[in-house]
Amino acid sequence: MKEFTKLVTAVDQTTKTNQKIQALVEYFAQAKEEDKIFAVSILIGNKPKRPVKTSELREWTAELADLPLWLFEESYYTVGDLAEAIALMLPPQQNEHQLTLKETLELLVRLSDLPSVEKKKLIIGYWMSSDTAERFVFNKLITGNFRMGVSRQLVIKALAKYLKQEPTAIAHQLMGKWNPYEENMESMFSTESHLDKSYLPYPFFLAYQLDDQPANLGAITDWCIEKKLDGIRGQIIVRNKEIFVWSRGEELLTDKFPEFTSLQQTLPSGTVIDGEIIPWKDGKPLPFQVMQTRIGRKNIAPKYLKEAPLVMVAFDLLERQGEDLRQKPLEERRDLLKQLLASHPDENLLLSEAMDFSSWEEVSKFRENAREFQCEGLMLKRKTSPYETGRRRGNWWKWKTDPMTVDGVLLYAQSGHGRRANLFTDYTFAVWDGDLLVPFAKAYSGLTDKEINVLDNWIKRNTLEKFGPVRSVKPEFVFEIAFEGINASPRHKSGVALRFPRISRWRKDKSIQAANTKSDLLQLIDVQNS
Amino acid sequence: MLTFTDKGIYCKQADVYIDPWKPVKFAIITHGHSDHARSGMKHYLCHKETEPILRLRLGKDISTQSLEYNQTLNKNGVTISLHPAGHILGSAQIRLEYKGEIWVVSGDYKLMPDGLSSPFEAVKCHHFITESTFGLPIYRFPTAESVYGSINNWWQENASEGYNSMLIAYSLGKSQSILHHLDQGIGNIFLHGAVANVNNTYNEHGYNFPGVWVSPDMNRKSIKGAMIVAPNSALSTSWSSKFPLLRKAVCSGWMQLRGARRRSAVDRGFVLSDHCDWNQLNEAVLATGAENIYVTHGYQATYAKWLSERYHLNAVEVKTQFEPAINDMD
Repeated sequence: MKEFTKLVTAVDQTTKTNQKIQALVEYFAQAKEEDKIFAVSILIGNKPKRPVKTSELREWTAELADLPLWLFEESYYTVGDLAEAIALMLPPQQNEHQLTLKETLELLVRLSDLPSVEKKKLIIGYWMSSDTAERFVFNKLITGNFRMGVSRQLVIKALAKYLKQEPTAIAHQLMGKWNPYEENMESMFSTESHLDKSYLPYPFFLAYQLDDQPANLGAITDWCIEKKLDGIRGQIIVRNKEIFVWSRGEELLTDKFPEFTSLQQTLPSGTVIDGEIIPWKDGKPLPFQVMQTRIGRKNIAPKYLKEAPLVMVAFDLLERQGEDLRQKPLEERRDLLKQLLASHPDENLLLSEAMDFSSWEEVSKFRENAREFQCEGLMLKRKTSPYETGRRRGNWWKWKTDPMTVDGVLLYAQSGHGRRANLFTDYTFAVWDGDLLVPFAKAYSGLTDKEINVLDNWIKRNTLEKFGPVRSVKPEFVFEIAFEGINASPRHKSGVALRFPRISRWRKDKSIQAANTKSDLLQLIDVQNS
Repeated sequence: MLTFTDKGIYCKQADVYIDPWKPVKFAIITHGHSDHARSGMKHYLCHKETEPILRLRLGKDISTQSLEYNQTLNKNGVTISLHPAGHILGSAQIRLEYKGEIWVVSGDYKLMPDGLSSPFEAVKCHHFITESTFGLPIYRFPTAESVYGSINNWWQENASEGYNSMLIAYSLGKSQSILHHLDQGIGNIFLHGAVANVNNTYNEHGYNFPGVWVSPDMNRKSIKGAMIVAPNSALSTSWSSKFPLLRKAVCSGWMQLRGARRRSAVDRGFVLSDHCDWNQLNEAVLATGAENIYVTHGYQATYAKWLSERYHLNAVEVKTQFEPAINDMD
């Protein structure tokens, strides 16, 4: 555990990618063999099951530190991170333990089944035999929120360097759900282990938002242009008469999509299709929200299958007859995809049509009105492009239509977490309903650090009331809120729910009287759904 | 005897203000930091070592008088004296006594010795005014001595890899206590103008702080393995980016929190403060024996509630002109 804590501290102390990779490589070179696979698992974001309630952790800490619980809570709001708050408030270390990372994780697994008194004894024992840095890491393992400035991509790069393999091979091996208790470095990464994992998807190729004029991309004839649909990006894999449906978030969602079950019989073995899974009825897409309620269910009732029938709109073929096609040009992969869909027709598997534009101006015009065509913009893909790994610039671009916007009044503020701890960065905005302000959106992002500081200072001086970590403030400032979609929602006071709300700018030029109204929002829904 | 007015803390009997933020006739200044020592006062009273700093920052022609620690001054029957606050060189707590009633305004202070300023002395009183910048139990600082050690190790490590090191610290106070403890055997020391100005003033009064001012025409390309000390304002300007191969660190009590460390976007954060941490605050308050505690500047509501609840003191929150922003380099 000492080495792992040292790694976390080293990574935390630098903002430079190369130094982080260096620290990871050094860790892999020095750590106990049995620990390494657990470190990989934790660092790419797998969480151990939470063995205790966080409310218990708070109580135990307050008790040990001889602090009233309210003071613990106040301090926690300031830190903005429970694991860190606990580590900082515990009394000084008393002795030293010798547990490894693996043993520590095993201890946490064991805790789950113990009565509360036993849990308390073991956790306090661990705390009191660790220093602040180690307590922090231990608490992070317990609370299961281990985002420590190491991205998956970084772990892949470090492993590739340490194991002397290609990053793409490592990325592939790390896909999907795997259990560190059943694997080791050998079974995960040795070249022999690559063969028998037929359920694994390929790492997804992701596009950046186009921030340039499309004219700079060159001749339009070099590009394949498709609608960008609003659904769940996924891969359908058929191998050995079995089907696996993976989401881009690397969740295995096969059971959620009974619509695709029959494909395991009809598609040839060794087929991997990339596409967008969306709700579809009467020849056109339905809004994303329709699918969202269905995905959240454990068991999908027939009602949902009928209300929100899903299809995959396929846009790429990554594997055909067991052969990896990713290095072939897109144009060729698409031809093979078309042939495949033609010879194996299925009502739940559609082809993403390449659209016919004669100029970038035409493309631009279509993008502006994309919502009228039930899409959120366009995908621009170079016809000669291979299927790359991860998010890359150059060959694939997404070009989303401009978001909708509404001007709202800042009504509540809450302090943020992590980098934004102790700063008021989470805001609630309101629109007018008669002469009342009703909250309609929460937004966390979109302001610059400088604007955040200015606003934070103003909020502290203009607080009306405090409710725990939340403060209500004097209605004074108007912000433009951008979002991707809007739907009626009986659960919200304003009667609407927004998709991806964020702040697009601070409207210092506007008084609160000039903010939008609830009826403006309802009108937006009508326009969108017409 | 003391009241909190929109001009600052006021003593009616002596007709004096302490650290006022608007122009008044007679101002007693606890120390030279700009949120305590403001311009525009007819007359200033401060500790002897603060006087040259006031002249440096507020102008040569200001009217001042100074006292040694524990020396007394009588004004309209009020006995006024200054006592070490341990915050920076010359920082003072202000003690006022009138007809047996004693008040102490502590200004900014700390109990942990920094190895340079006169260590804090607890002054018995009935009414104690305390700041609460770090008045939460998450703030428990390592000893300054151990932090100086870490700083020298960091500098040594950087120098051995051919890097320069830059420490970001408040130009008045923290810069000097760091400079006083840097291991000059490791390499050369360079100073930002703001730090150099303060050093010059102190050096004229018997101190000897090391370091060479980085003048605009200096060739910085040849600087290697050196330590550069600069205030926070230098961080965002091109001044700091002109040094070759540079690693930066911020010295501040706020560096206790990971969020603040990451926000500062430098290579290291050293937890080094010239304020009290949680334990020091509690120790100081109890040591005064005061029954009435006025909590300002920081987590005043929380800390006042804690003092009332835990120690049954008559502790109240005093709203000051502003809440400190986290990026103040305390």
